[in-house]
Amino acid sequence: MEATLTYTDEKNRGAVTIPGFGRPLRSEEMVLNMGPQHPSTHGVLRLELVVDGEVVVDVIPHIGYLHRCFEKHAEAMINYQQIIPYADRMDYIAAMNNELGYAIACEKLLKIKVPERVEYIRVIMAELQRIGSHLIAIGTYGMDIGAFTPFLYCFRDRERILDIFEQTCGARLLYNYIWIGGLSHDVPASFVEKVKDFCKYYRPNIKELNDLLSYNKIFIERTANVGVLPAEVAINYGVSGPVLRGSGVKWDLRKNDPYSIYDRFDFEIPVGKGLVGTLGDCWDRYMVRVHEMEQSLNIIEQAVDKIPAGDVQSAVPKRIRPDAAELYIRTETPKGELGYYIVADGTTSPARVKVRPPCFVNLSALPAMCRGAMISDVIAILGSIDIVLGEVDR
Amino acid sequence: MIPQEISNAIKAKFPDALLEAKVDGVFDPYAKIAPDKIKDVSLFLRDNEETLFDSLMCLSGVDYTGGKLGVVYHLHSMKWNHKFTLKVDVTVENPHCQSVESVWKTANWHEREAFDMYGIVFDGHPDLRRILMPYDWEGYPLRKDYKVPEYYQGMKVPY
Repeated sequence: MEATLTYTDEKNRGAVTIPGFGRPLRSEEMVLNMGPQHPSTHGVLRLELVVDGEVVVDVIPHIGYLHRCFEKHAEAMINYQQIIPYADRMDYIAAMNNELGYAIACEKLLKIKVPERVEYIRVIMAELQRIGSHLIAIGTYGMDIGAFTPFLYCFRDRERILDIFEQTCGARLLYNYIWIGGLSHDVPASFVEKVKDFCKYYRPNIKELNDLLSYNKIFIERTANVGVLPAEVAINYGVSGPVLRGSGVKWDLRKNDPYSIYDRFDFEIPVGKGLVGTLGDCWDRYMVRVHEMEQSLNIIEQAVDKIPAGDVQSAVPKRIRPDAAELYIRTETPKGELGYYIVADGTTSPARVKVRPPCFVNLSALPAMCRGAMISDVIAILGSIDIVLGEVDR
Repeated sequence: MIPQEISNAIKAKFPDALLEAKVDGVFDPYAKIAPDKIKDVSLFLRDNEETLFDSLMCLSGVDYTGGKLGVVYHLHSMKWNHKFTLKVDVTVENPHCQSVESVWKTANWHEREAFDMYGIVFDGHPDLRRILMPYDWEGYPLRKDYKVPEYYQGMKVPY
């Protein structure tokens, strides 16, 4: 529900005149801490809420509780390959996508061309991971709003994706699978079969999810018209991924700035349309994720039939020592635009690795979305951004 | 626009702001801008119809060692789909640089991070304070000559 502030000037903010009272009754602002230990902040995030009654006047996010200085670690490593496990731990529920961006950046620095087989497997892995990440986003979002069942359904389906990853590289969460120039293991013989099975199994479940949550009346009441982010504000804040697309901007790096082999696949970019409320509200951001899962299934189905034969480690360099150069590479992770700015100084370890985390930038737009909303809406808005604190704080 | 044209456009508009430009032989063509002109140049690049850099992809602080720090701005135009990089060099003794927060809101948190990690002071930033480290932390962790303090508020720092 949209709440309106009726104050006229700073001193008499929210003043009400009551018959029989000689002076206007003023309400006072209160500062409320939400977090760092709070079930709906998805990690250790502290939001300093300035509230006037139930209405949020301002939000000041305090981050850094999970800070472990990834960038300093990256400079201290002996070689480029060692950084990949650290990149895994940034967005720990979409580790494949983090590795992919870093590997692409290093390959460009080293001017390596990776084999076709590697490219196809990478795309399949990245898209499976995108579905897995969106399932967590959707499941926990439902739980924030008060729907517990979709959470269990989502985790049931995500389990199948993790099984495929586990069978391939032994790890379920942090893979160290995509290496510079190749992959750590080839896929098992049953991989293609398993992926096809998953696609066949999962496609009907999206409809189930829509019936259960997306078009649920209570869910729509809580998310439609809440936390509206207009497109021009979204672009100025630099938000990306489903948050940007939820505002109706057709922008996906897989199409607009293609990397790897994404230009070979046929898929759509889902955008928010304001179907049940205002364009750019929480429901639009949520729904973009649901549609994106369908598109990821399309990509996987196209890619899985075409995996060529070959060796996945033929292009892995023995010694990684790029010439002095610097570059900025960005890829589309489930959360948005993940950028790596790498400065190589001609030695075996980088002089500087700067990560542009999508969650960090998306979270910085939170105050713009929350002003004027109710306290309970803050939870709905925060959930719709889908942050992972491991990536915000690095 | 190709990078050479963008660099020429900056040179034509701000002859004394452009210190150096390199468009060939690098992955990301860049122009070096004077620290006290970066805001004007950014505003021009954002609003000029031919460049229209509406998004700041990334803003990074860098330590080039030897007392030299830098800020790197990666720009992108969603309409024209072209990219360009701006660089600003500052020194450890005088780490002042104009803030571009009023041009792109993205810069707000990124500049705070560069301040937190490198001690680069962005003049004109509305809320320049530490973002990732505790508010009373001493030193700038990503500087190359940084030494981890032994104690923080009486607690021993593990390593």
